Amino acid sequence: MSAPLIEMRGITKSFGAVKANEAVDLSVTPGEILGLLGENGAGKTTLMNVLFGAYAPDAGEILVEGRPVAIHNSADALAAGIGMVHQHFHLAPRLTVLENLLIGIPGKSGRIDRARGLARLTEISRQYGLSLDPNLPVSALSVGEQQRLEIIKALFRGAKLLILDEPTAVLAPSEVDGLFAALRSMAAQGLGIIFISHKLNEVRALTHRCVVLRHGKVAGRVDHPAETTSAEMARLMCGHEIVPPVKEASTPGAAVLTLDGISTAGHAGTPLRDVSLSVRAGEILGIAGVSGNGQRALADVISGMLPPGAGAMTIAGKTVKQFSPRELQALGLGRIPEDRMTTGLVTNLPLADSMVLPRIGTEAFSRKGLLNPAAIRAFAEAQIKAYDIRCPGPMVRAGALSGGNLQKALLARELAFDPKVLIVSQPTRGLDIGAARFIHEKFLAMRARGCGIIVIGEDLEELLMLSDRIAVMYEGRIAGTLPSADATVARLGLMMTGAGQTEEAA
Amino acid sequence: MSAVFEQIFQVGFLAAIVRIATPLAFATLGEMFSERAGVLNLGIEGIMLLSAMAGFTAASLSGSLWLGVLVAVLVGALMGALHALFTVALGLSQHVCGIGVTLFSSGLAYFLYRLIFGQQSVPPSIDGFKPVPIPLLSDIPILGPAVFNQFTLVYMAIIAVPLAAFVLYRTPWGLSVRMVGENPRAADSAGVSVMATRFQAVILGGALMGLAGAFLTMAQFNAFTFGVVSGRGWVAIALVVFGRWDPWRSAGAALLFAFVDALQLRMQASGLGHIPYEAFLMLPFIFTIVAMAFMSRNAVAPSALLKPFRREER
Repeated sequence: MSAPLIEMRGITKSFGAVKANEAVDLSVTPGEILGLLGENGAGKTTLMNVLFGAYAPDAGEILVEGRPVAIHNSADALAAGIGMVHQHFHLAPRLTVLENLLIGIPGKSGRIDRARGLARLTEISRQYGLSLDPNLPVSALSVGEQQRLEIIKALFRGAKLLILDEPTAVLAPSEVDGLFAALRSMAAQGLGIIFISHKLNEVRALTHRCVVLRHGKVAGRVDHPAETTSAEMARLMCGHEIVPPVKEASTPGAAVLTLDGISTAGHAGTPLRDVSLSVRAGEILGIAGVSGNGQRALADVISGMLPPGAGAMTIAGKTVKQFSPRELQALGLGRIPEDRMTTGLVTNLPLADSMVLPRIGTEAFSRKGLLNPAAIRAFAEAQIKAYDIRCPGPMVRAGALSGGNLQKALLARELAFDPKVLIVSQPTRGLDIGAARFIHEKFLAMRARGCGIIVIGEDLEELLMLSDRIAVMYEGRIAGTLPSADATVARLGLMMTGAGQTEEAA
Repeated sequence: MSAVFEQIFQVGFLAAIVRIATPLAFATLGEMFSERAGVLNLGIEGIMLLSAMAGFTAASLSGSLWLGVLVAVLVGALMGALHALFTVALGLSQHVCGIGVTLFSSGLAYFLYRLIFGQQSVPPSIDGFKPVPIPLLSDIPILGPAVFNQFTLVYMAIIAVPLAAFVLYRTPWGLSVRMVGENPRAADSAGVSVMATRFQAVILGGALMGLAGAFLTMAQFNAFTFGVVSGRGWVAIALVVFGRWDPWRSAGAALLFAFVDALQLRMQASGLGHIPYEAFLMLPFIFTIVAMAFMSRNAVAPSALLKPFRREER
C-alpha cells in the first residue's frame, strides 16, 4: 500500500454542546476511492468541512503526503491539493463555464487568461472524459453537467484529492453511471477520492474501502465494501438491525382518483399529453420515469396548482371543477411536494405555522377570522410527538430542521386529516435509511386504511417495494402500466426510454 | 415638431447632453460596481453631496481644482468604506445603512459648509474647470465642438466606460466582483476573499460617486448649494437597473436620461410659458419610470445583491 495522500488524525469538532466529530481518524491513498458512510447528522459533512478549511477543528491534525498542514480556509485546502464538490453547488449561474473555472486564478498581465484556461479545460476533458462547452452560462447546464463543472473546477486547481458530498442525491439514475465511470477513471490515474453517501448500494458498487460514522465517531471500517452485505453496513450506520417494512396484501376498493384524457399547456417543463390513470382506495400507484418527462406537470395538476387544458379529473367520485388547491383539499386530497423547502413550507416561519398552513382558515385553527394560536400550537405539539419530529419545539424556525424531520412534519400535516388520496413526489430524496423507512411505513399504514396513494419517484427500487402498480411516464404520456409483481428494474428502465411500450387500461 | 429637431441637432444641445450625462455616468458606474459585488449603495445621494462640498471647499481654499477633485474622490471612497463597514463587515441591512449614509453625509455636508463659509447672501463661487479642446477631433463638424471641446472630467467619463467594462469583464478582479455578487460561497470556496472584494468594489464605487460630486461643483455650477445633487444619485440607482448592471448599457442609460433632461431644459426656455416649468422638470423622471417599467422586466439583478455573506452559516 502506498503512503497516504491525506491523513486526518483524532479530529474533534464541537458546536456548542454537540460533538459533531469525535476523535475521527481517516486516510486516503492515491488511486483509492474511500466511502464515507453515515446517516444524516452523523458528522460526515462536518468532517469534510474541517478538511476543506470551512471549520477549524477543536483537536486533531491533518497531514498531506506525510506533512502536517494547517488548513484555515478553502484557499489553503486548494493549495494543499484538496478539492471539494459540495452538495449544493458553488457556481454562479449567470457566468459562463469558463468564468466559473477561472475565478480566483491569477491572470496574465492583469487580464483574465482565457487561452490558458481553455487549454487546461481541454486537457482535463481529454484526460478524464469530462467535457463541457466553455462558453455556456451555467444556468443552461443540467444538474449533472453542473456537477461535472464542479469536479472540473477542483481538477483545474490541481486537486489530488477530491471530496464529493452526496453527489448522487441530485442525479437521475442514468447520470449516476456516468459519474461513477468518471470517478473510477480519476482514481485509476492516481487521484484520491472521498465519496460521501448514505446509499449503501452506491458505496458497495464504487468504493475500495469505507469508513462508517455514527454520532460523530467512527462506528466501523469496511475493507471490502463490495463483499460486505448491505445489512451489515446498515447495522454499522444505524447501530441496530434495519427490518424492511412488510407490505400486506390488500384488496383495493373503488377508484378514489381518476384522470381522464388530461392535457396541459403553458407549463414550465414537459406538458401532459392525454394522460388517463386511476388510483383505487388502498392502492399505491408508482409513477416512474426519467425526470423531466411530465412528472412535475402531473403532480401540479393533481394538487391543483395547474388547471389542465383538456380532460377531467375526479376525486372520490366528485368531478373537480376549478383545480384550486383549496377545492382539491376539501375533496380529500393530501399532497407532499417535491421541494420541501420552497413549496412545502415556509422556512422562516415557526414550524407550527407551516404545519397548519394549508388549513389555516378552517375552523380547526381559526375562529371568526382570527387565528387560534393555542389550537395551532397544540396540533403541532401533538404531531411532533406522534411522528417523533426532532426539534426544539413547535415555535422553532422550520428551516432549521433536517430534511428527514421536515419530511416527517409534512407527512404529519397531511395525514392528520385522513386524506382519501395522497400525492407525493420524491418522498425520500436526501433522507437516510431510518427516516426513509419511517416514511415507507406510514405510506403502507395509510394504504391499509384505504387511502389511495400516488408516489412519483426516480428510485425504482423504492417504487417496486411500495407500489401495487407502476405507471411509466415518457414525454408527457403514460407509456404503460404494470402490476409491480410483473415489473423489474430492467423492464421499467426500458419503458422509461420510450422503448417497449405496453398499452394497458390504467 | 421640426423646430424641436432643429434644436436637437444644435451643437449647444449636444454639448448639454454630454455635460449632463457626465456626473450621471460616474455615479452610475460607481453604483454598478457596488451592486455587481452584491452591495446596494443607497448612500450615493449623500456621498455625492458630501464629495461635491468637500471638493469645492478644498478647491476654494487651496486654489487648486485638481486638489479639489482628489479630495472629492477620497471623501467618496471613505464614505464607500463606511458603507462597506456596515453592510459587508457587519452584515447589516443594506437599505437601512444606505439611507443612513445618505442622511449622515448630507447633514455633515450642510454643517461643514456653514461652518466654513458661514451664511452668505450670495453663495461663494470658484473659477471652475474650462473646456479643453482636443486638437483635430474638435474640428469635426457638430460632433467636434459638442464632444471634444469639453472639460477634462468629461473626457475622463468617456474613458471610464470602456475602462469599467474592461475591468469588469477582462480582469481577474472583475471576475471576482461578479462572482461575489452572484454566489459569494462559490467565490469563497475558490479561495477568493468575499469581504475584501466587496470592500474594494464599494470603495471604488464611492470614489466614482465622488468624481460625480466633484463635477457638479467644479465644472457644472462652480458653487456649492444644498440642492446641487438634487436626486442625481437616486437617478443613478435607477439607471443601473435600466442599464442591466452593464457598463455600456448603464452609460447609454445615462446618455438617454441626459437627452430628456436637456430637452426639457430647452422646452422650459422655448416660450411654452403657459405651462408651469415644474411640469418640464418632471419629464426626465417620468421618462425614467416609464423606461424602467419596460426595460427592467427582463433585467436580472446580481443574485447575491442585498445578501450579506457569513461563512459558517449554511
